[in-house]
Amino acid sequence: MQAPREAIIEVRGLCNRFGSQAVHENLDLDVYKGEILGVVGGSGTGKSVLLRSIVGLRRPTEGQVRVFGQDLLSLPEEARSKIERRFGVLFQSGALFSSLTVTENIALPLIEHAGLSRPDAEHLACVKLALAGLPLSAADKYPSMLSGGMIKRAALARALALDPDILFLDEPTAGLDPIGAAAFDQLILTLRDAMGLSVFLVTHDLDTLYTITDRVAVLSQKRVLVAAPIKQVEDYDDPWIHEYFHGPRGRAAYEAATKIKEQ
Amino acid sequence: MAGNAQLDTSSNPARLRISGDWTLAHYTRLKQQTEQLAGQYDAQTAIDLDEVSSIDTAGASLLVDLLGAERVSQLTDTAHKLPAADRALLQTVYASLRDFCVPVKVPQQNICILLLSRIGGAVYKLWQDSLQLLGFIGLILQTLARNLFRPKQWRITPMVAHIEQIGLNAAPIVVLLTFMVGAVVAFLGATVLANFGAGIFTVDLVAFSFLREFGVLLTAILLAGRTASAFTAQIGSMKANEEIDAIRTLGLDPMDLLVLPRVLALLIALPLLTFLAMMAGILGGAVVCVVSLGISPDMFISLLHSDIGVQHFLVGMVKAPFFAFLIAAVGCLEGFKVSGSAESVGEHTTSSVVQSIFIVIVLDAVAALFFMEMGW
Ligand SMILES: Nc1ncnc2c1ncn2[C@@H]1O[C@H](COP(=O)(O)OP(=O)(O)OP(=O)(O)O)[C@@H](O)[C@H]1O
Ligand SMILES: [Mg+2]
Repeated sequence: MQAPREAIIEVRGLCNRFGSQAVHENLDLDVYKGEILGVVGGSGTGKSVLLRSIVGLRRPTEGQVRVFGQDLLSLPEEARSKIERRFGVLFQSGALFSSLTVTENIALPLIEHAGLSRPDAEHLACVKLALAGLPLSAADKYPSMLSGGMIKRAALARALALDPDILFLDEPTAGLDPIGAAAFDQLILTLRDAMGLSVFLVTHDLDTLYTITDRVAVLSQKRVLVAAPIKQVEDYDDPWIHEYFHGPRGRAAYEAATKIKEQ
Repeated sequence: MAGNAQLDTSSNPARLRISGDWTLAHYTRLKQQTEQLAGQYDAQTAIDLDEVSSIDTAGASLLVDLLGAERVSQLTDTAHKLPAADRALLQTVYASLRDFCVPVKVPQQNICILLLSRIGGAVYKLWQDSLQLLGFIGLILQTLARNLFRPKQWRITPMVAHIEQIGLNAAPIVVLLTFMVGAVVAFLGATVLANFGAGIFTVDLVAFSFLREFGVLLTAILLAGRTASAFTAQIGSMKANEEIDAIRTLGLDPMDLLVLPRVLALLIALPLLTFLAMMAGILGGAVVCVVSLGISPDMFISLLHSDIGVQHFLVGMVKAPFFAFLIAAVGCLEGFKVSGSAESVGEHTTSSVVQSIFIVIVLDAVAALFFMEMGW
């Protein structure tokens, strides 16, 4: 790999507990500038909780999270908001604002933070919609009228609204059709290449892992078991990881990805 | 460096020089520039992207707006000085915008027509709401009748939990409120009646008003605000979250599961609270009588005994179950009307409070007339 890279997210000694249940214990993780980091782990291993801790929605029980070298939770409101503007977050369940239309959902951060006028913001919102692969007919719909996959796409469009520096995506391709999921992978790659985004990508989608991630972090036993390029992770000596990557689905995804790369 | 678009007309053909950061931070200014430039150049104009330093999706979409999709697709092939990654971004934006035109807003309607249509809509909605409420009341009664003889289906636990929430937890506020209103009524009585030397009738005033009207009315209004809203919000957010649909697909009946326990709980809690309210109101009156009119507690009680017949208490009490039923019905029905959004939950919660208070007061007025004509 290249020379030491700049870590824009540093998680050190993170512990998260809910009552007596410990989700994370002494978890360390770095996310480097411009990389796409895939985060995998079984259901309930705390991927979403980790994401919430990093973006500052959850105060860790112990440990520290530094983003752009700063601890979000100890910053004053103003400075924190400035950093948060550089985040784009796609929540696992979409978390669209239910009383705004799809366009308004995306235009909101543009109006509030980028200072655009309403028509400009709505125009740009339409561009993001198109990028996320939504049809025009969805623009004026309310979230409750959307299908599951469309909610994911609209949430992605909102996450992309401010052209963020870091994208946090919680299972973005779950519920998308395979064509849509592949287009999504390409979109993330293109954006990363053009704008130097860093992407924190929680996913169970093996195809996505093989095609676009630079490194994969495996969450298991309450910590990050290994964080490395996928080839090294595959060979890591752990039964769960072995099962994950060498099961029937893992193999199929691997072969598909090699085929794509050969073309 | 801030983005820039400049038309250089000195050379032939003219050159459109696009340079700097085409990013969201400069969006508003760049948009103005591109709008000024629109129409000043044609297909012959050479386009120069060499000095573009960075580009994001906002900037890319501006370029697509400025140059048109065709030009951009040509440029992504020819502008070799632009990094491949930026060209890929331009291409992605242009490709996704190609099949996607930006919506046109429908023009605003005439204000008079809008006003009329609003009024018409409101009247129609009132009619529909009344029909719906009647239908819903029928449905509740039907479910009640069906379950009455099937003790296995009785849902005692949720009902008791609801009684605790709407009855027990509301008791302090009901008692405090009616106690104070009782004191106020007694003060009024004392002031007005003392002028006629009839201060002693304050006792009757307080007792009459609380037994017949205020006890039940104040409690019902309080619960309309406190409980109808809670019912609407609970059922409404379940509706918004598709939980009601889940109940149906599990082969369960939301009427059984959600509505009946709430209705029954309120049917039990409201009369009990009404009784408390009556007592607290009379006590409030008694305190004022003792303190400012010099009527001793013994005398207060003996006056109550001699002047106030038990039928006044019954007239008040008999209204309580009716109010309870209607408040619960309105609260639950509004909950079921919620559609998807958080805003809709708020809207229907407000509407359920307003409707139930309105219904309670109208019904109380009708009942007062009825009882008066009957001479009860
Ligand atoms: N607010 C909370 N209160 C109590 N426990 C919680 C809370 N949030 C999460 N948990 C617990 O933390 C653990 C991790 O949850 P998390 O949502 O991070 O899982 P996940 O790795 O994202 O799983 P999935 O892949 O299914 O999304 C789970 O056991 C969950 O029950
Ligand atoms: Mg999760």
